[in-house]
Amino acid sequence: MAEAETLNAPEVGGAVQRTFGEPVLTLENIGLGFGGVKAIDGVSFEVRRGEIMAIIGPNGAGKSSMLNCINGFYKPQVGTITFKGRTMPAMDPHFAASNGIARTFQNIALFRGMSTLDNLMTGRVLKMKRGFFWQALHWGPAQKEELENRAYVEHVIDFLEIQAIRRTPVGRLPYGLQKRVELGRALAMEPEILLLDEPMAGMNVEEKQDMSRFILEVNEEFGTTIVLIEHDMGVVMDISDHVVVLDYGRKIADGTPDEVRANQQVIDAYLGVSHD
Amino acid sequence: MFYREAGIFKTSYASDQALFRIPLDRLFVIGVVAAAYLVVPFVGDQYWLGSILLPSLILSIAALGLNILTGYCGQVSLGTGAFMAAGAFMAYKFASNITWLPIPVVIVLGGLCAAAIGVAFGLPSLRIKGFYLAVTTLAAQFFLLWLFQKIPWFVNYSIAGVPTAPPREIFGILVTGAEASPAARYLFVLTFAVVLALVAANLVRGRIGRTWMAIRDMDIAAELIGIKPLNTKLSAFAVSSFYCGVAGALWSFCYINTVEASAFDIFRSFMVLFMVIVGGLGSILGSFLGAFFIFLLPIGLNNAVTTFGLPIATETITYIEFMVFGALIVFFLIVEPHGLARLWQIVKEKLRLWPFPY
Repeated sequence: MAEAETLNAPEVGGAVQRTFGEPVLTLENIGLGFGGVKAIDGVSFEVRRGEIMAIIGPNGAGKSSMLNCINGFYKPQVGTITFKGRTMPAMDPHFAASNGIARTFQNIALFRGMSTLDNLMTGRVLKMKRGFFWQALHWGPAQKEELENRAYVEHVIDFLEIQAIRRTPVGRLPYGLQKRVELGRALAMEPEILLLDEPMAGMNVEEKQDMSRFILEVNEEFGTTIVLIEHDMGVVMDISDHVVVLDYGRKIADGTPDEVRANQQVIDAYLGVSHD
Repeated sequence: MFYREAGIFKTSYASDQALFRIPLDRLFVIGVVAAAYLVVPFVGDQYWLGSILLPSLILSIAALGLNILTGYCGQVSLGTGAFMAAGAFMAYKFASNITWLPIPVVIVLGGLCAAAIGVAFGLPSLRIKGFYLAVTTLAAQFFLLWLFQKIPWFVNYSIAGVPTAPPREIFGILVTGAEASPAARYLFVLTFAVVLALVAANLVRGRIGRTWMAIRDMDIAAELIGIKPLNTKLSAFAVSSFYCGVAGALWSFCYINTVEASAFDIFRSFMVLFMVIVGGLGSILGSFLGAFFIFLLPIGLNNAVTTFGLPIATETITYIEFMVFGALIVFFLIVEPHGLARLWQIVKEKLRLWPFPY
């Protein structure tokens, strides 16, 4: 059995130790509180270029708050974030978006009144520069720009296999497809770092397999660094290179899936431990 | 059967992004515009051109403006009348003080002034939403009208306080003022309506329109994509107020022929809002359908009563008008929030299959 695993190793993403470049994002001693509640308490970690990183932890551990700090939606009160050679007390949402941080949401945050195509095209807003005058004419440079971005969006549509729902308003799509469109919108931004907040929540096994495949392929094909939050441990351990475990806002483990799996504190956090 | 989408194959993204993706739609719209230019001015009499089509078209422009703000960008406004008034008064100032300015430029300048004022009153939209924003635009409505009535500078210190619209010509033909022929005024207004509708359609299918709709549908996600909420909302206020300003200037210069604040009171704002709701929020076609429907409904009711010789007193008709009006608004809000434009879409979907049920 052990031999078979080593033979198959190159195909099984998480099982092999892949090597990664320099850290692209460094979080140092992040602290965030809402009134008296400490959501995050002195958490530090690094995200290395090209890795798939998972943040796990029990409910209310501060995982989503962590993502919100990374893309500037929440401003941590303590600590620094280093990204693109800039060390900041907090990220600015516009800076994050224009420097290649894209994300999806736990509760789908699509533009419900717009079609799949328009949702993805909206992801390319920052790539489009033509001003009001050309937009009003929808001709010349504005049209050229529109078509170039359309070509890229079509590439993403092909990749995610959502050609058939191109013109459907996303409000009418089933849940699994909406999750996929949301991933598409993030991919349309050509992100360097992709933040996925529970990309597989509420999905059945086939949908989870599809989503895992997309995540691995994005990582491989586009070289995108991925930070994801997920509750399905099977998926997390299979696809991620690096796992950070949070509990009550504190970091209790940080390492490869195997290291984390063996960590006693993690087992205690998940299974509960008797205090005697 | 009649209305086919099948068998139309696109071979380039350009043709897939076209304004009308189905040839029949394109033919239909070109046909309507051609008829409006080439047939209607010769067939229509004074009453139809001057009292029906002219005001309907002007109100369509105002409805387009409000639809951009409310339907596309999701910001509720009750200040439409005030922005129309701003356009009318500023256009009057330009026309009367710089007499050599061509009249289309005057109208556009009026619209630009309205846009600037709209941006100023749109500033609160960054912090407040929905109902509360509606109340701040209501403040614009009352404040601006009060300003135009109280400060004589706006009417060039005219003693009566209600100046008449100056007569102006294009290619030697009078298009504004009481002396202009209804056909000339109609064509002048029609040109504005067609160009502005085209610009609106182009804006909403491009980057700017998508940022508006993103803010409308999910402002938090929009911000994290890199859309700046303030710029986006203010651009919607600017474009919307520009359309309203142009509509107001045309209303004063081509329809009522006087520049007076009372033409743009709160009832005008509500009327345009009804047009947008009944026509269809977030639809260019809906703005036109709604404007024609709401403007023609009272006239139609009146004519129906006279045609059938029903023994109903004039006051009663007025009340019935209000009742039908109210009932329709409630009906549309409950049954078809996407308005007449959505009904038109359903008709097209049915026609596609007719005579088969599916």
